[in-house]
Amino acid sequence: MSTTAEAASAPEPTRRPLWRRLLGFNLLSAVILGVAGYYLGWFLGHQVNGGKSFEYMAKTDENDVALLLAYFFGVIGFLIGLGFANYPLSRLLGRPASLREKESHGISRYFGLCTDHKVVGIQYLVGIGVFFFVGGLNAMLIRTELLHPVPTFVGPNQYLSLVGMHGTMMMGMMTSGILGPFANYFVPIMIGSRRMAFPRIEALTFWLLMAAGFILISTIFFGGFPTGWTGYEPLNDQAVMGMDSYICFFALVGISMALLGLNMMATIMTMRAPGLTWSRLPIFVWSVYATAILMVLAAPMLIATLLMAALDRTVNTSFFIAGGGGSSYLFENLFWFFGHPEVYVLALPGFGIVLELLPVFTRKPLWGYRLAVSGMLGVTLLSFFVWQHHLFVSGINADLRPFYMLSTEIISIPTGFIFLCVMGTLWKARISFSVPMLFCLGWTFNFLIGGLSGVFLSDTPSDTDTHGSFFVMAHFHYTIMGGLVFTFFAAIYYWVPKMTGLRFNERLSKWHFWLMFISFNSTFMPLFVLGMEGMPRRVSTYAPNLQGLNVWVSISAFVLGFSMLIFLFNVVFSLIFVRARAQSNPWHSKSIEWQVPTPVPVNNFEQIPVFDSDPYDYGTPPHMGGAEPAAAGAGA
Amino acid sequence: MLGKKLAGVGAAVAVLGVLIGLYVAAWATSQPPTVAAVSAPASSGGNQLTLETVAAIGPKYSPSHPDWVSYLARRNGKWIHSTIYTVPANSIVHVTVYQYDGDTGLRNPFLSQVQGTVGGTVRIDGKTLSAINPEEASHTFVVPQLGVFVPLPGVPEEAKDQCEFAPCEGAAHRTIEFSFRTGAKGRYRWQCFVPCAAGFLNGLGGPMQTLGYMDGFLNVV
Amino acid sequence: MHPGNRTTHYGSRRSGCWSLIATPLVIFLLGPILPPGNGSEQASGKVTDNTVLLAMATPVLLLVLIYLIYSIIAFRQPKGGALEGPAIRGDSKLQTAWIVITSVLVLTLAVYGTVRLEAGYGAGSGSGPKPLTVPKGPKLPVQVIAQQWMFTYRYPTYGGVETPHLVLPEGEMIELHVTSIDVIHSFWAYQLGVKADANPDVDNVVFVKPTKLESFDVHCAELCGIWHGYMYDTGRVVTPSAFNVWIHEQQKRFAPATKVLPKYSTTYLPEPTRRGE
Repeated sequence: MSTTAEAASAPEPTRRPLWRRLLGFNLLSAVILGVAGYYLGWFLGHQVNGGKSFEYMAKTDENDVALLLAYFFGVIGFLIGLGFANYPLSRLLGRPASLREKESHGISRYFGLCTDHKVVGIQYLVGIGVFFFVGGLNAMLIRTELLHPVPTFVGPNQYLSLVGMHGTMMMGMMTSGILGPFANYFVPIMIGSRRMAFPRIEALTFWLLMAAGFILISTIFFGGFPTGWTGYEPLNDQAVMGMDSYICFFALVGISMALLGLNMMATIMTMRAPGLTWSRLPIFVWSVYATAILMVLAAPMLIATLLMAALDRTVNTSFFIAGGGGSSYLFENLFWFFGHPEVYVLALPGFGIVLELLPVFTRKPLWGYRLAVSGMLGVTLLSFFVWQHHLFVSGINADLRPFYMLSTEIISIPTGFIFLCVMGTLWKARISFSVPMLFCLGWTFNFLIGGLSGVFLSDTPSDTDTHGSFFVMAHFHYTIMGGLVFTFFAAIYYWVPKMTGLRFNERLSKWHFWLMFISFNSTFMPLFVLGMEGMPRRVSTYAPNLQGLNVWVSISAFVLGFSMLIFLFNVVFSLIFVRARAQSNPWHSKSIEWQVPTPVPVNNFEQIPVFDSDPYDYGTPPHMGGAEPAAAGAGA
Repeated sequence: MLGKKLAGVGAAVAVLGVLIGLYVAAWATSQPPTVAAVSAPASSGGNQLTLETVAAIGPKYSPSHPDWVSYLARRNGKWIHSTIYTVPANSIVHVTVYQYDGDTGLRNPFLSQVQGTVGGTVRIDGKTLSAINPEEASHTFVVPQLGVFVPLPGVPEEAKDQCEFAPCEGAAHRTIEFSFRTGAKGRYRWQCFVPCAAGFLNGLGGPMQTLGYMDGFLNVV
Repeated sequence: MHPGNRTTHYGSRRSGCWSLIATPLVIFLLGPILPPGNGSEQASGKVTDNTVLLAMATPVLLLVLIYLIYSIIAFRQPKGGALEGPAIRGDSKLQTAWIVITSVLVLTLAVYGTVRLEAGYGAGSGSGPKPLTVPKGPKLPVQVIAQQWMFTYRYPTYGGVETPHLVLPEGEMIELHVTSIDVIHSFWAYQLGVKADANPDVDNVVFVKPTKLESFDVHCAELCGIWHGYMYDTGRVVTPSAFNVWIHEQQKRFAPATKVLPKYSTTYLPEPTRRGE
């Protein structure tokens, strides 16, 4: 049973009654079945109360089994309600394989299971945007509390939960921050394909992430969690029920990541149009491919680790409990084996966006294409060999530290390639300072600072003083927020005119950029100093002499939050109220996604294109001497 | 038409967002009530804080966590479920704790010795001691920033008439008294160090990590 | 002839000039005030390390920044123009030079870091139960017991007395044994340049030789629960004779507690150790 496409263009002669239209596999059914599943799991979980293994529940008033089962069945119910079980069931019942008909009309397709990769891209953009703002609000509350050196405003339990929720929400959501919206929307078009390799899995990754987001937010009803986003044992085991929300969230994010990566890899490897060799692939697609490799290999580690943590919390196993023969080190190592590739999952798409956009706004081909690709692949490979730099002072075997210091230092070499390619593309360019370009330049500055501070952290003697302090906070906010989030906005300003056919208000966009860039640096640059002055992470009390800096940082953070409000206002104003039409190729890009009509037809292309070069056919060849104005507008 | 639909959806989302934001802010800032120390009788001078510790707080005070151990404080003859106490600066605070919980034992027996009180001692059921048997510790009242470490022995296992839920009037208990001096103004934290959170890992989860049960603030004003 | 050659040369000369001025400035002006200060041999070693790192990072930062600023100013699209830039897709000589230079820089840093790490006997970091390099000569063992939410300190060579504050003798090599009895904490003595995670059932060894008579801040550097931010303390470095006086006074003062303490051990697993007990 599939949701029938709504007749959109002509006035409908007979419209089905509302209740008939609401019945079926859609978001409403999903929510209803999700809630039903939640209560089913809760009920089942409470049946174990009598057992000997679960005697502790009477003393602790905590039933982790119930909550985990509730979340599990809730998500299953949610997915069944959306219609994800229909195709597997029909295949199990022997019906033939089929490619699901893509819905082409109606706003309701954005609120349900849609196999059109373009719809999934927009779903991701809005969904991740919403949770990004939730995470951002948590950050505002954290910075409000840090205005005073003594806890004043937020209770100590809630503060730790806010810190944890902020980090966890951001890390979980922004790993798919660029791949979700933009790779899903544009990779098939860029490789000349009509669809992704696995359209239903593509939709699944989105809805898993949405379910996960709500599960994480629900932690406040269960007491929050005190461990921060890293979820270290044994504090993880000591924690109250809110910890299970974290476990469930990250497990779902891990599944979503692994499937998203799998889909990207399969699509890029097998569905490229004729003529599109690997050396003609757009650099953005290369970055998606490298990221996908990381996702597929690292995410399962996270899922396994969280399963072990859940077992420790429910049936009293001792994977991570020293008293039962386990080790807290095991968790740290397993987590960071995922955690380090995870941060490169965050960084690589940023590299791809910047290198993809730079040729368009410098009117030059990408400089050092092969170098850039080897940089990305080098980062991908090396990122699996560096994770113990998070554990330099934790008492790991001392023999290991020089090796991990070396590998962490070495990973800065391929990262440097990206910078050389950026600088090479800027050489003798004709830079137009559009808003996407501004964000790319902002990325260059921010990631430079972030990357160089990473060199300090990779040096074990230096890391001894800065580990676990605000210096690390500054480093990763510069690389992740200054890196990924800036390119997230670059991609939004660049591609939304293509996705919607509407253009943003130029003035609001520029205000957004400048306010964001200045307040971002004003917020995070002093954190380096705070860390070097000895302020640990995740604290709501600090030495009184550091209050001045903290107040400066908090006020800058409020301005940063305000710049996000400007962006929100820009979105509402430009895309909902004004709705000014954008030109069909406002950036005069030669990339293929700008050569297809807007809105992009359901099946992307009338005819599968044939590629004969990479999309960086800008610029006048050097031997012709002097720059000549190229033919304006985009050729077909 | 599409624009109006989007605007409608957007407005609904915005309103929902603001409501949720307010809810989250209310959750983030909720704290247990504050109980102030009262002036002690002229003979002892200073200020009096009367506390009790119970094995299970009970559904009346905590519907969600009735089995959690907790401290309570007395205000105007009534027992308030709170661990945030206000005491004046540069003065003596007399503390009387009615200990209704059984013993659990200290994880670090170092804390069985009294530190930082007036005279370095504590009066337990009338007897003055400077240290207790670490196996008999039921809770502690420790203010690390003021150097006050007071172990509180528990009700023996075989005692009759043990208290079930707070407030525990008339059940088996120990009366523990000690005094300490406060100095400068500030917001100090205090905690229990005994692993009394039954059922949690190391006995240190749940109430041991939640404000209002076994952890609190001492507002010196 | 490559049209970019002359200007590349000019650009690199400019950045080079800036680096030649800025790097020594950075070393001499910022070097002395870099953390963590001179409270111990290990800390002083790290001031040197941080200065070297900063000196190596400054030219890189300047090169990229100046180039960025220069290109933003010099390579603009004229207003309303639609000019194209030269279609240069790469320069293998420049790429090779970059790869070689960055690799050399990075490998130098890695070797330097390793040498400094072991020269400082771990440079104040927790080196686990079996550190690679161990200083010769007498060492004063001091155990740091991390618990939720306080540090206590045991002196095994002084009868295993446990104290709530850390006092260390100046000029002696201290062998800190950091362990936890519940969750992961981290002992961070800022002015001494010491940071070692405290894991349950693990003995994390740090070597430090305090060189200044001062008090130092101790913070917990690993999130351990509700009072993680409050898990701070102030330690003192005193003369060896003052230390002697102090430790004997502590032994007298804490005699009742010492009697009931378990025997000194590098790790402890006090009850309860599991869930549900």
